[in-house]
Amino acid sequence: MKEFIDRLGFPRFIIIVFLICLMALAVYLNIPLSDLVSDMLVRFGMNAILVLAMVPGIQAGIGINFNLPLGIICGLIGALISIEFKLSGFLGLFVSILIAAPLAAIGGYLYGKMLNSVKGQEMTVGNYVGYSIVSFMCIFWLLAPFKSPELIWAYGGNGLRVTVSLESSISHVLNNFLAFNIGKITIPTGLLLFFAIFAFIVWVYSQSNRGLSMRVAGSNGKFAQSNGINVDKQRIKGTVISTVLASIGIIVYSQAFGFLQLYNAPLYSAMPAAAAILIGGASLKKATIVHVIIGTILFQSLLVVALPVINVIAEGSMSEVIRVIVSNGIILYALTREGGKAA
Amino acid sequence: MDLLQMKNISKSYDENRVLNNVSLSIKEGEIHGLVGENGAGKSTLMNILFGMPVIHSTGGYEGEMLINGEPYKPTSPEDAMLAGIGMVHQEFMLIPGFTITENIKLNREKTIPTVLSKVFGKRLEKLDTEAMAKDAKEALKKLDMNIDEYVPVAGLPVGYMQFIEIAREIDKSKLKLLILDEPTAVLTESEAAKFLDIIKKLSQMGISILFISHRLDEVKQITDSITVLRDGEVVANVNTEDIDVKEIARLMVGRKIELSSKEDEDRQIKDENILEIKDLRVKMPGEEVKGLNLTVRRGEILGIGGLAGQGKIGIANGIMGLYESSGTVIKDGKEIPLNNPREALKASIAFLSEDRRGVGLLLDDSIEFNIAFSSLEIQENFLKKFGPFKLIDKSKVREHALKMIEDLDIRCTGPKQHTRSLSGGNQQKVCIARALSLNPDLLLVSEPTRGIDIGAKKLVLDTLVKLNREQGVTVIITSSELGELRQVADRIAIIYDGKVAGILPPNASDEEFGLLMAGEDIEKVVN
Repeated sequence: MKEFIDRLGFPRFIIIVFLICLMALAVYLNIPLSDLVSDMLVRFGMNAILVLAMVPGIQAGIGINFNLPLGIICGLIGALISIEFKLSGFLGLFVSILIAAPLAAIGGYLYGKMLNSVKGQEMTVGNYVGYSIVSFMCIFWLLAPFKSPELIWAYGGNGLRVTVSLESSISHVLNNFLAFNIGKITIPTGLLLFFAIFAFIVWVYSQSNRGLSMRVAGSNGKFAQSNGINVDKQRIKGTVISTVLASIGIIVYSQAFGFLQLYNAPLYSAMPAAAAILIGGASLKKATIVHVIIGTILFQSLLVVALPVINVIAEGSMSEVIRVIVSNGIILYALTREGGKAA
Repeated sequence: MDLLQMKNISKSYDENRVLNNVSLSIKEGEIHGLVGENGAGKSTLMNILFGMPVIHSTGGYEGEMLINGEPYKPTSPEDAMLAGIGMVHQEFMLIPGFTITENIKLNREKTIPTVLSKVFGKRLEKLDTEAMAKDAKEALKKLDMNIDEYVPVAGLPVGYMQFIEIAREIDKSKLKLLILDEPTAVLTESEAAKFLDIIKKLSQMGISILFISHRLDEVKQITDSITVLRDGEVVANVNTEDIDVKEIARLMVGRKIELSSKEDEDRQIKDENILEIKDLRVKMPGEEVKGLNLTVRRGEILGIGGLAGQGKIGIANGIMGLYESSGTVIKDGKEIPLNNPREALKASIAFLSEDRRGVGLLLDDSIEFNIAFSSLEIQENFLKKFGPFKLIDKSKVREHALKMIEDLDIRCTGPKQHTRSLSGGNQQKVCIARALSLNPDLLLVSEPTRGIDIGAKKLVLDTLVKLNREQGVTVIITSSELGELRQVADRIAIIYDGKVAGILPPNASDEEFGLLMAGEDIEKVVN
């Protein structure tokens, strides 16, 4: 048993035990388990690519990419443009991605350049860059020349809405693709498949000579340099990939959620993703696809099960409070570990 | 009476017994040598003596210790300091941004009362910088160091840092026993000689010294008695007069070691240059190269020696493009672009860094990945095609690693073991294996045996010689240990002030080497 816990890692063991207790409580409180499981699958699928975006950053040595909002904003712009042109369904989804990814690549490149001048401070700087960009974009959302009535305030005038419904465009295109039911549980095949494709690409990349150069640059810069690797370039590469994944991740997230959230919404988006990958067993130096999958499942399941249970027991909405405590608590735990060793 | 007695000390980490009934005693004013291979238990014994927390967090130790006949049970380094034990660690425990004075007086600062301190207590007193500087200067003077005490420690040559550590310890007025863990490992020969004189002076002042070193001739030269540890047990406890270096080495390793120089063989080295260096300048802090000219012949082993800080380390780092450099480097008739590690590697030059753990290894990756990586990165070996990508071919990597582990006799639990947990000698072998995977025809080796115990040292040097003889690899060895260079090199270039002071055959006299190192003119030296 001790061996099993050691292999699993203590934090994961605690979370799994807690999760099982909550599930039991949910059954006792007559909360339908099938709904919970369906929700878990959806939430896993919609968040996993955002969590995946953490992997290239950690591998390239910039630590946790707290500047996820940068990529997310690029994703939002992509989605907004595709709605402006009245695109819907898969066409809308792919056009959103095609617009978002190059934007994110440019943004990631500039941000990567900046990170190279603040080595060792990436995570702090990332946080503040994220804040700045979100605030700057609040101005942009108000001034952007979008015309579609879907996007702008219902009473006319300038500026985008705080939340934009995707009902008539890309809402649930991935969730419903090839979806089927097992009993009362719905399997969002398209959503999971989409994540699987990206996870596979990231995995293949991390096994390729280029990905390995990036990982080595991240784990020992001097070693990399003495092997003829341009460390700064690799760090930029990691930042670009991370930002592009974030932009795609938010589009996938939004289509499952059914809304685009603008203005201050991207501000805290890095926290749950960081928490998830750290729960999964990643450290500030090492992250793999397995960490992404385990972490996202655990973190999202915990939220899915905890919220209804606690709302029944405690009356009123505790959801936001719990989410913040869990995600920040886990980040804190992981960062306090000696030298950022695996949590 | 004995100042320190350690009786039947035993210590286990988990199931692994690292010390077994170790006893030793040290008299007042005595210099006691403690020798043993890496992993023999020296560090653990010192950690116990110094009350390091790692001992108590892993279940304490068995046995008892007496200081001046009084029982001594340290639970923290503070206890050890109160008992008058000082320690100079193998790794420097200095704060880089602080000045020399601040480092020496750290936590023992002299203070003057101020208004605030009269109200709020002693901790708010003002530093008496003048008195501190005076103390620091005095301590440095005892060590014959003339360096300004207000200079920050960061950026000083390593040799200086060692002396500052010792200055800090001797500045403690209550010091009775000073533990020196590998103090000369980072010093050059002349620095080491000076250092040994100072130790003798300290012992005459009544301070006992516990001297841990790999350099056996130093131990023989300086100590009064010696304890030899092997595999956590005391194998000998003798007076230094009654034993010679070969015998110490034999006891330590438990097998017979040849300390003799290389067997006489008829070496035919063609008069063909593999490498020509013209006016090389390298901006490596502390080891600057200032317009160096040197030619290397194909198939030879060229030694590069000289004192620390004269620039010998800078040469290889400059050629490999790790520090900003200028000048001309021609290999096989083609000029190699400088400041570009990739081009140097592509020109079939491989490099073993003097900073093994920092530059030479990925400490948290497996042995097999470490071995294969350079070749994978530079020559695209160990790859298989997958669509547009080239993926790492793990079975080829494994196969190659197993072969290297066998060829170089790397002691490990398997190719998947992380290099962090290997001993220094085996780590160096992993570095060699990585360099060999590139199939280089020129190998630059910096300080290959630094921090490696005597048994492994020989293996590492033998490996380099074997490579040279069997595969025709030209080797340039840079080392602070002249003895080592004389053992393996065909020619030895001595570097002084960033330039070649002269090139000598390995059998040149000590005097000639000494004079060249001190910057004398070659013409004058040879005549």
